[in-house]
Amino acid sequence: MENKLEPLETLTEIRALMERSSRFISLSGLAGVFAGTFALLGIAAVAYRFKLPYTLEGYQNQAVNMYGNPNPSFYKFILIDALLILFLSLSSAVLLSTRRARKNHLPIWDKLTQRVLWNMFIPLSAGGIFCLILLQHGLLELVAPATLLFYGLALLNTSKYTYPDIRYLALSEISLGLLGSFLIGYGLLFWAIGFGIFHIIYGARMWHKYER
Amino acid sequence: MIAVADLNKAFESRIRLGIMSVLLVNDWIEFVELKDMLQVTDGNLASHLTALEKLEYIQVRKQFVGKKPNTSYAVTQAGRRAFNEHLDALEKLIKARE
Repeated sequence: MENKLEPLETLTEIRALMERSSRFISLSGLAGVFAGTFALLGIAAVAYRFKLPYTLEGYQNQAVNMYGNPNPSFYKFILIDALLILFLSLSSAVLLSTRRARKNHLPIWDKLTQRVLWNMFIPLSAGGIFCLILLQHGLLELVAPATLLFYGLALLNTSKYTYPDIRYLALSEISLGLLGSFLIGYGLLFWAIGFGIFHIIYGARMWHKYER
Repeated sequence: MIAVADLNKAFESRIRLGIMSVLLVNDWIEFVELKDMLQVTDGNLASHLTALEKLEYIQVRKQFVGKKPNTSYAVTQAGRRAFNEHLDALEKLIKARE
């Protein structure tokens, strides 16, 4: 065991150990692609079900009835749709990451995984509560950008424990959330970009970079 | 052979290198985690940890989780400096050979 190593070999080994012990590297890029696809399908389902037009006015006609009150069936559909997307995305992320960890002989449920999830959970739950508060105040238009914003912050918070690419995804989601707070009323469109297209782009890039 | 003298003898073993690498990028690491990461036996790991502790390169924290003793390790300032110097020396060696 006490064999002396070549300097180069030593440095390589040190780098690998540092990486493996401090970063959650089992996260699969494919999970991002799946999540993005589910999101796009889910949003397409909303557009199809309510025959949404491309104009903001037509969209608002669906979301709000003629008295200016929110249309309950519209929001109920979106809520169930979103929960379904979340469930499918999370399950595919868990499945794909477990598979990748097993392939590389890495532990899946260790301190590091717990730290990643915990760091994700805190901003996300704050965001969830904040969205409920927005709903209670009747600020429906701000819910979609707020979800993007808090999701971005949650990603940013975990990015130091996983691939650096996540940091860029986080910054993109945060910018999109802020932009969406200015251009109110395009919630679904921003969701499609943030949860759909961004996930697919970054997921595909990560898969290309680390898994092929 | 310019830089060989700069290499720290304390880090010559593979296990000690492993311990220092892991501790350098983490806050506190438990004995069991370290053992899993480095794939070594209890006794082997313990003796290297004691050696590094004597050199004051690492610090030890003993706690009880319920009734089980739980030992965690972290790198000290001196350990961080010594290990970084060791890495620099290694790098110089590689560059000198090229």
